[in-house]
Amino acid sequence: MSAPAHANGSPRALPGTGASSFWGKLLEHRTALWRTASIGLFFLVWEIAGRIPISFAFPTFLETLRAFLTMLFDGSFVAAYAETLQPLVIGIAISAVLGVGLGIVMGLSRFAEWLVAPIFIVLQAAPMAALIPLITFVYGIGLVSKTLAVVMLALPVIALNGYKAVRNTNPSLVDMCRSFQGSWWQRIVKIILPDASPIIFAGLRLGLAAGFIGVILAELLITPTGIGDLITYHRSVADYPEMYAAVVSIILVSTLTLSALEAFEVRVLRPEKKKG
Amino acid sequence: MRNITAAASAAATVPSPDAAVEVRGICKMYAEMEALRSIDLDFPAGKLTTLLGPSGCGKTTLLKIIAGLIPATSGEVRVNGKPVTGPGPERAFVFQDFALMPWATVMRNVAFGLELKGVGKDERQAVAQKYIAEVGLSGFENKYPHELSGGMRQRVGLARAFAVNADVLLLDEPFSAVDEQNRRKFQEDLLRLVDLEKKTFIFVTHSIEEAVYCSDRIVILSRRPGRVAQIIEPEIDRTASPDAIRRDQGYLDTVEEIWQGLKRYVD
Ligand SMILES: Nc1ncnc2c1ncn2[C@@H]1O[C@H](COP(=O)(O)OP(=O)(O)OP(=O)(O)O)[C@@H](O)[C@H]1O
Ligand SMILES: [Mg+2]
Repeated sequence: MSAPAHANGSPRALPGTGASSFWGKLLEHRTALWRTASIGLFFLVWEIAGRIPISFAFPTFLETLRAFLTMLFDGSFVAAYAETLQPLVIGIAISAVLGVGLGIVMGLSRFAEWLVAPIFIVLQAAPMAALIPLITFVYGIGLVSKTLAVVMLALPVIALNGYKAVRNTNPSLVDMCRSFQGSWWQRIVKIILPDASPIIFAGLRLGLAAGFIGVILAELLITPTGIGDLITYHRSVADYPEMYAAVVSIILVSTLTLSALEAFEVRVLRPEKKKG
Repeated sequence: MRNITAAASAAATVPSPDAAVEVRGICKMYAEMEALRSIDLDFPAGKLTTLLGPSGCGKTTLLKIIAGLIPATSGEVRVNGKPVTGPGPERAFVFQDFALMPWATVMRNVAFGLELKGVGKDERQAVAQKYIAEVGLSGFENKYPHELSGGMRQRVGLARAFAVNADVLLLDEPFSAVDEQNRRKFQEDLLRLVDLEKKTFIFVTHSIEEAVYCSDRIVILSRRPGRVAQIIEPEIDRTASPDAIRRDQGYLDTVEEIWQGLKRYVD
């Protein structure tokens, strides 16, 4: 009895051609749509929460947006980031070179693994924020301390990811390279690095995110400069929309940097991911 | 069909002039586990020899020792008279899991052996182009491995091995990840290529039918520790059409005989 009912039901389930092309287009952009919708919803909830208000120190979305645009055009963001990005860029550059290099060496050599890996495992587990005042004690309150704060947070995750990536290189590809008499150097450059690059880059992205935390912590804990100063200053004079705008700007800058890094990876190292 | 087990072991110490690969007293221990026990074999030049045997009997191990990818515990392998100490340009390997670089196009994968040797881009691409056409992948040069079927991926692996122009091709179960229809087509293509390329093929397979269909000589290995149990030379008229061969009485008898021999290793 159920079979004919099913047969009758199924043609009705087929959508008309006109409607299907509309839904098809919608489906194509579905991820973009969902993303926009979820961001929009987030701003709406923020606006409502700000209007209730849940705290006198919590501005609405629109107030924050206004403050953000003002600070963007009066040059205070530009000046702040010129200062903040300096230790961040230096620190990330050092961590990337050192971390990827050490990670590869640890991945290739059991001796280096035994020697170096435990240090990074301990460093990754250590509460870095608590160590930052210690750096100040040794290196003062200048650029060196802030750069060091970035390195301490970014380096372990970059090095450990690089190490895991290299250790897990597809052994069959390594055999393939050996069977065609690839040299030791060719094996590293043409097989191990491209094969490991997705995990190495995941480590770089995590390292960059950690580096942002490091530099903000340093600016809040060591000396208020750059974007950390903007936050501290506006909080001290109770300009809460400005303070939140500064925080939002950090999120924006770090998200944009991370996306740029991802785009670079796909373009340069793993072209096959562009198509599929 | 000719069963030459006795003849082979008698001739083992005398190097035969037409052997491209000679295996002499190869033993392999993995820690405490004995994988191969004193293997003596000759692989005649220009022929396709199959290594057949139960799972885990050491077929891959033997092939990788011949390739120079892993060292033997004792014994010696000679290729064209020269002892093997590592991988060499006169041997090329086709991997069971294809071993294609996912980030490289078909063209770059096929040309990779030449790229490693430092051959210039135009030259190596011209060579690769020829073998891509020979394995029937023209038009797919700029595709990535994940865009190809299993059968096509293994053709890339085969073209890459051909492109370095080695005398000896070592194939480790090249068709095991390929579906049955593609496998038959592939076997026929392989026979055509064996004929065309005049190279020595050493071929590992699980499939009795595949071994009998493709090989000039079949080496049957015993269960672990691997030893040479039997050597068979199927005498099949290869000028007949593939379908005629698969119905040939000699073919069917050889398949049956090998199965009778191997049955005792199956539990
Ligand atoms: N690297 C290794 N370390 C220890 N044991 C190994 C190693 N490689 C293979 N073996 C063992 O040696 C034996 C022979 O392995 P091998 O891969 O050569 O068999 P095979 O005949 O190719 O099997 P299959 O038909 O399943 O591919 C197996 O028992 C396997 O477990
Ligand atoms: Mg095997």
